[in-house]
Amino acid sequence: MAPDFLPSDTPLAARISKAIADTMQKIGRPVTLMEVCGTHTMAIAKQGLRAMLPAKLRLVSGPGCPVCVSAQEDIDRALALAQEPGVIITTFGDMLKVKGTETSLESIREHVGRAPRLGSLDPRLGGDLRIVYSPADAVEIAAANPDRKIIFLGAGFETTAPAIAASVLDAQRRGLKNFYILPMLKLVPPALRALLDTENKIDGFLLPGHVSAIIGEAPYRLLETDYKVPSVIAGFEAAEILRAVHRLLEKILSRDYKVENAYSRVVHADGNPAANAITARVFEPADAKWRALGILKNSGLAFRKEFQAFDATANFALPNLNSREPQGCICGLVITGRAQPSDCPLFGKTCTPADAVGPCMVSSEGACAARYYYG
Amino acid sequence: MCLAVPGLIVKIEGNRAEADFGGGVLRTALMDFMPGAKAGDYILVHAGYAIQILNPSDAKALITDLKEIYGS
Amino acid sequence: MRPGIIMDEKIKMAHGGGAAASRRLIEQVFLKYFDNKILRGMDDSAELPPCKGRLAFTTDSYVASPVEFPGGNIGKLAVCGTVNDLSVKGANPKWLSAAFILEEGLETALLERILAAMRDAANEAGVLIVTGDTKVVERGKADKIFITTAGVGEIPEGINISAANAKPGDAIIISGPLGAHGVALMNARHNLGIKSDIKTDSAPLNKLAAAAAQNGATVMRDITRGGLCAALNEIADAANVAIELDETLVPVEADVAAACALLGLDPLDIANEGRLIAFVPQQKSAQTLAAMRAVRYGEKAVIAGTVVSSGKAVVELKTKAGGRRILRLPEGEQLPRIC
Repeated sequence: MAPDFLPSDTPLAARISKAIADTMQKIGRPVTLMEVCGTHTMAIAKQGLRAMLPAKLRLVSGPGCPVCVSAQEDIDRALALAQEPGVIITTFGDMLKVKGTETSLESIREHVGRAPRLGSLDPRLGGDLRIVYSPADAVEIAAANPDRKIIFLGAGFETTAPAIAASVLDAQRRGLKNFYILPMLKLVPPALRALLDTENKIDGFLLPGHVSAIIGEAPYRLLETDYKVPSVIAGFEAAEILRAVHRLLEKILSRDYKVENAYSRVVHADGNPAANAITARVFEPADAKWRALGILKNSGLAFRKEFQAFDATANFALPNLNSREPQGCICGLVITGRAQPSDCPLFGKTCTPADAVGPCMVSSEGACAARYYYG
Repeated sequence: MCLAVPGLIVKIEGNRAEADFGGGVLRTALMDFMPGAKAGDYILVHAGYAIQILNPSDAKALITDLKEIYGS
Repeated sequence: MRPGIIMDEKIKMAHGGGAAASRRLIEQVFLKYFDNKILRGMDDSAELPPCKGRLAFTTDSYVASPVEFPGGNIGKLAVCGTVNDLSVKGANPKWLSAAFILEEGLETALLERILAAMRDAANEAGVLIVTGDTKVVERGKADKIFITTAGVGEIPEGINISAANAKPGDAIIISGPLGAHGVALMNARHNLGIKSDIKTDSAPLNKLAAAAAQNGATVMRDITRGGLCAALNEIADAANVAIELDETLVPVEADVAAACALLGLDPLDIANEGRLIAFVPQQKSAQTLAAMRAVRYGEKAVIAGTVVSSGKAVVELKTKAGGRRILRLPEGEQLPRIC
């Protein structure tokens, strides 16, 4: 029986919140902090933490939702593969409702191959979509369906990359020839660099706790050496987030730019070497295109040559994708912290979770969805 | 991007562990990144893989430290 | 019962055709599970006895997938759902109709399990299934079985339950722990590798609702799709009131909480099938709570919120952390998430 690891402590949270207000008074001007990670966006929203922070302290979302930062072409590529005959698409639930230029996975499931529940699915029509909890489950589906081609949509950051890499190694060990990954993995530190290289008023970063559990502290040093912006690695419970916010404010006050680890019960300074080794065996850094940030050097992961057999982009012919950004959507500004969801003219009117225009509203970690649901 | 949940390893065989996530809810967790883990350890699981071993006393210590800093 | 050809193992188109095969289906299958004087009349309409007071009438269609899940099946949902819709209106449920659309190829054994569950639920609730219909459609045109139930109930004198009754100061009672049905269904629908004993909470709540109504409840709602969140929002909108829910008081069992954490779900948003909420004026709330706790399915009832003010429709959550956020109507299918 797993204990409640960090039980909520309402009085403690209130006291940290008061300390935050006191430190903000000393700073004496508005402060903007960016939570990089989509899971932080959701944790802050669900726990109602904004209501506990002073008005002049602004928390903005960053490029930390893997679906939101994927370029439209990547989404369209996934959707094209979903319509390939004989293919089973396996994916995290997060991806299902995201819209590409023409359609979405959800639509394909309903209209092309027919939802699996309605009678037997015709594999010749494509549209066979399965939600999985782990890429390892996708490997099992591949093993159980030797006459089909299983493609796993590999969206995620450094937290998820090792799991995807490990599943590829497992597929290789088992001699599976019908398992593929569509690589959509992204790396966090290059995005931070890109954010700070453009005009951006970010006074401090709340760094992603579980990405850090994998990569450790060193990759964030650029924030100290090249940009002099304070950063704190934070956990996800209220007290941990509030503590990290307070530490950021104290560091702003004292001009302390060292990367700080406030999640040491999970994050070790050198991260998780075993996980990193497995990622490095299968993948290598490559340039990648991000929504709003453009092509960033070495900001994504590509398959090493010896694992090409598992790369969906190398094994399926893809049509010309005439990818277009959704009209009027300012998702790119939202994920780079330059706009709040409420700044968008479409927010809550023509763009709602039920009928979303852009990924920030439809993704389960999107900043717009968080603001819409939780206020 | 990083939903991870704590669980207690109930049994472990090779790189497959069965973990209890609370109230008897069990799921397999793959231990490829945590080679030294054993039954009785607490792990943090993301996408079906353990990414860290957790020490319950660390969480307690954190609360104690925070209470010291912020008063109780 | 006429002697003759034994019922087939699978449903065929002919079983919906109205002739001998239909008769076979009704006599050898349906009547095995639904049998009462009114139904046996086998007329085109059921004749109901005269009723004294106000009547409540409701209908619902059930298209759950998969049709069987831990703790129950679509049949149980179909009876309990309609019984509960009547009950939370303050009515005493009496008579149900059940119309079936069967997919060609449906296994008769599965149909029988569904009907058995309907019989058991109806018996527990004390309702009679008095009329029905069956059609068969071609393979692929239905997902195994669709059920539509309608129900009639009698509203006792002096009972007036309506969302519009919600008033500032009312206490909000939740009849029991949330989320079990949604989790059980999600586990059965997607193969997510979770092993647990979580079963649907589907149950007939007529006795529980009656206990609440007789002890001061003025508003009741059964919590179904969209969870507690949806139910509270519907009442807030109907009565134009502001509601505050205290997260520390909302009951969720440890296993449901763990499954939700794994899947990235929120227990406040996911479906229940055997839970209701009741609003009671503050001064009576202790009495209502005690009355509900004395009835089956209400043993773990708690007061978890209040109606704060009128004039603006909003539902707010006071979080465990001490923060606040809006509880908005969830939209669309709840899906497991990893990121």
